Parts: sequence; C-alpha cells; structure tokens
Amino acid sequence: MTVLQVHGLTKAFGGVHAVADLSFSVSAGHVHSIIGPNGAGKTTLFNLITGVYTPTAGRIVLAGEDVTVLTTAARAERGVARTFQNLQIFFNMSALENVMVGRHLHSPRRLLASLVHLPVIKRANRDARDRAAALMERVGLAAYIDAESGSMPYGALKRLEIARALAAEPKILLLDEPAAGLNPRETLEIDQLIQSIAADGTTVLLVEHNMKLVMGVSDHILVLDYGRRLAEGTAAAVRENPDVIRAYLGAGMEGGHA
Amino acid sequence: MQRQGDSLRRGFATKDIGAARATHVARGAAWLRTARHGGILALIAVLLILPVFLPNNFYYDVAIKTALNAIVCIGLNLLIGYAGQISLGHAGFFALGAYASAILTSHYKWPGLLAMLAGALGVALLAFLVARPILRLRGHYLAMATLGLGIIVSIVINREIPWTGGPDGMSVPALRIWDWRLTGPVTWYWISAGALVLAVWVSLNLVESPVGRALRALHGSEIAAETAGIETSRYKVLVFVVSAVFASIAGSLFAHAERFVTPVEAGFLRSIEFVTMVVLGGMASTFGALVGASILTVLPQVLTAFDEYKHVVLGAIMIGVMIFMPRGLVPTLMSLWRRRAS
Repeated sequence: MTVLQVHGLTKAFGGVHAVADLSFSVSAGHVHSIIGPNGAGKTTLFNLITGVYTPTAGRIVLAGEDVTVLTTAARAERGVARTFQNLQIFFNMSALENVMVGRHLHSPRRLLASLVHLPVIKRANRDARDRAAALMERVGLAAYIDAESGSMPYGALKRLEIARALAAEPKILLLDEPAAGLNPRETLEIDQLIQSIAADGTTVLLVEHNMKLVMGVSDHILVLDYGRRLAEGTAAAVRENPDVIRAYLGAGMEGGHA
Repeated sequence: MQRQGDSLRRGFATKDIGAARATHVARGAAWLRTARHGGILALIAVLLILPVFLPNNFYYDVAIKTALNAIVCIGLNLLIGYAGQISLGHAGFFALGAYASAILTSHYKWPGLLAMLAGALGVALLAFLVARPILRLRGHYLAMATLGLGIIVSIVINREIPWTGGPDGMSVPALRIWDWRLTGPVTWYWISAGALVLAVWVSLNLVESPVGRALRALHGSEIAAETAGIETSRYKVLVFVVSAVFASIAGSLFAHAERFVTPVEAGFLRSIEFVTMVVLGGMASTFGALVGASILTVLPQVLTAFDEYKHVVLGAIMIGVMIFMPRGLVPTLMSLWRRRAS
C-alpha cells in the first residue's frame, strides 16, 4: 500500500530549482531514505511534503488524498509528523510538555471546557502526560522526564523531537538528520529506534548523512542530486549504481560501510 | 503531609478503609502541592485578610483598582506571556467594556449584568474582526493594529459627547442584581476580589489544558506547533479574543465600582501601563501578572511622598528590575527559591 506519492514536484526559489520534477512513492511500514549531497533538496522536499513550502508545480498525495494545497496543520491531522534538522524545541516548556504538545490532535480542544477545567480536560491532561512519559522512555529519555527542555543536551533534544512526533501517532514520520551530531553509541540507538518505529507500522521517511545508518535501516533509498532523482532502489542496488558512486558516495562509501 | 500519610497507614495497616483514607490524604496533599491550587488558596487567604489593613475608603479604592488591573493583566499575559503576541490597545477593550456598561445601563436602563455580557460579546467580536486578518501576518503587525484600534476607541469616546459625555466622562448607575444594589467600596472590594480569584482560576485552567499548551507551543516554535497539528493563526486569534474579554469585563466592573468613567481609561498610556505590569511581574506567569499589576497600581500611591519625583523613582525601579531580573519578578524569584530548595 502506498502512503505517500509525489508527482512531478518542483520548487523554484527565484531561478534555482531546489526540487525539480521529482516523482516517487513511499509504501507503508517501510523505511525510505533520501540521500544526496548538501543542497540536493532534501530538506526542501521535507518542507514541501509537510506544507511549509507550496510547490511551484506538482502534486503530493497522502493515503490517496491530494494534500498539495493543505496547510501544515491540516497535513499533520492527516498523519504527517516530522523532526527538524535544526532543532525546533519549545524551550518555553518542560521536556514532558514538549511531548504532550504532540498529543494535540488527540486531545479535546474546546475553549470553554478548558477555561473551567472540565473532567474531560483533566482526563486528557493525565492521558497526555502518561503517554508522553511512556514515549520519552521509549526513545531513551526516561532520565529527562522531569527536566526543563533548556537544560538538556543536544542528543537528548533530537530524541525529544522524535518522541513529540510519535505522540501524534502519525502514518508517516519524516526524520531530518536524526543522527547529525550524535556519537556512535547514540547513533546506534537511533538506528534501533527507527527500526522499532517501522516495526510498529509507522512509515519512516529519513534524510540522513550517516551512510552506515542509512544503509542499515532503509528498505528503499532515493538519491537526489540538484533536486532531481539520480537513482532509486534498495540499499544494495543504490550502492552499486555508478551514477551514485560518481556523484555522491565515492570512496566515503566504502569507509562508511566497512 | 508525608508523615501524616505514614502515621495513617501505620494505624490502619491491615484495614482497607485505612488504605483508602491514606490515598485520599495523599491525593489531597498532591492537590495542594500543585502550584495551581496552592497559589489560589494563598491568594484567597491574602484577599480575606487584606481588609484588616485597609484603614479607609481610599485604600479600599486602591485595592479595587489593583484587582481590576490585575484581571486585565492576567488576560493580557495569556496573549503576551504565553502566546508571545503583543497588544498595545488593551486599554481600548477595557474602556469599551466600561462604556458599554455605562451607556447601556444609564441611557437604555439595561440590567447591569446583561450590559456587561453585551460589552464582552461586542469586544470579543471586535477583537476577532481585527485579529483575523492581522494575525495571519507575522511580526509586529498586531502591535501596530492594536495601537491604532486603541487610539480610535479613545477618539470615538472623546467625540461622541451625547453618548459618552466626551472628555468630561459620564456617571454610571449602581450595579443592580434584581433588587440588590451593589455600592460602596467594601462591597466592591469583595466583588473585585471574587472576580480576581475567578480570573486567576480560569487563566491557570487554560494554561494547563491542551489549548494552553498549544498557545505556549506556538510561542516556542511556530513551525513545530503547526507540525504538531496546531493551527497557529486560529489559536492566536482565540487568545487575543479571550484576553480582550478579560479587559472588557474588568472595564465593566470598574465602571460600576467607580460609578464614573472618563476617556483617560482608553488612553494609550493606560495600554502601555498594562503591558508594563505584565513584563514587570513576569511573562508567562499568571501570578506574575497579578504581582506586576499590584506593584504598579500601589506604588504610585505610595510614592506620592516623592512628589514630582514620583515618576523618576518609578522609572528607576522598573529599569532596575529589567536589568537584574529580565524575566520579571515572579519567575526570577521562583527559580531562585527552587534552586534554594533543591
């Protein structure tokens, strides 16, 4: 089953085509990775899929529904969640509250009920707190459940974003360089986390520079270069592709895979 | 509280009823420990004891004005402190509430509570109409728009002399609830105190709800909030309307408490005063807004001893607080206290 389809997607900033006539589809429950050199259009693609940018041309179809013109929030409601390459933490909230915000779409949001604190709000708060705490444990942040977000180290904040995204129970989770800046041990934990997320049935779309991680977890890899598709296929197929080796992987590939 | 639970548990060690009672006590203790309920109880205690220290009507009047300013600031803090938006026109909403009550009860003989409700609904509608186009834009557009709105309200009140009495102001009938005529500083002290407790409670409730978390989230990161499914522009409009209604209701109460309203209440300086109170007390803190409003309402009265240097002293205090406690009084003191405790 296809979760996400992209047809002829194009995004031009002035004369520069960050994404050019790109088409691909993502099937459910798999880990799909998007790789490519810096400036290949990976983050732009994420911003197009989540509705931060409006495409210059092309269509985005989510679970059979055309979402090309929908807002970011409306796409979130339809099951798109993401993390950010440059952290987007709510630093004015505690770590747990950050994850609780992820429950927004599953919580009652009536103003009057909130103002007088009806039982339905109390229940929702308790439920959100319990689920957020469980998610923090799941991503390995049990030690930070009572922490202020501002006092957490970088690696923990990356995982906090994953917990927040998972709290929404998305159909598809977009991870933008989850291993950037992490040490090898933390990277291994992210590797395992991605696999367990996919095993639970959440489709993962991964942008990542760490080739060892990408080659290990991906069911399918899309290689971008200058906003265009350079190659596509399984890890093994992509690794052997001469275009990919020339444009991007080169000698680093063997090093990463050794 | 811990010890009390322990002794209870020991006493009824084997009995179910004892266990049930112990959890009940523990739950009660937890209920008190949350900042929400503890803070509200402390506030109620202060408000109950305060009259002992109020020697005459003048002091009662200062207390009433403090409470009503605090209600405006608690609402404004939802907008500024929690949602990270700014309004430079809240005196306009305060004045609209005040004049709605004044005009509807005097010219049209409406019941006071109905007039207050009508004022609040009118202000809500106006706030909605102003905020909806503006809040789609980012940046300082809301500050500019609310500044303009406040000035327009002030001009209209000054010019519509047949309705408002113009610059001379107008007197307001006493608030009547059926046959009950509410007048006098002592009565209004208790009404304002009750309204203040209600405002604090409602504000704390909102902050600790999914809607409140959405507001804080859009302040923290708009893009991350949108990604979590929060329609940021809708929530900004919502909190703007809520905070305007706080101001309107405070304005209506003010009109009936003072029995007289003037266009000074709609002035730009009043709007600035409200924002200053919120910033001084501490942003994103309901009790901070309350403390800021109390200080900046009471201090000018105390500082009359300094005569014309009053404003200089006031300014110096504010500069000092902003330099040494940029997060505002209450959040700074709270974190100091917490660090001490741990």
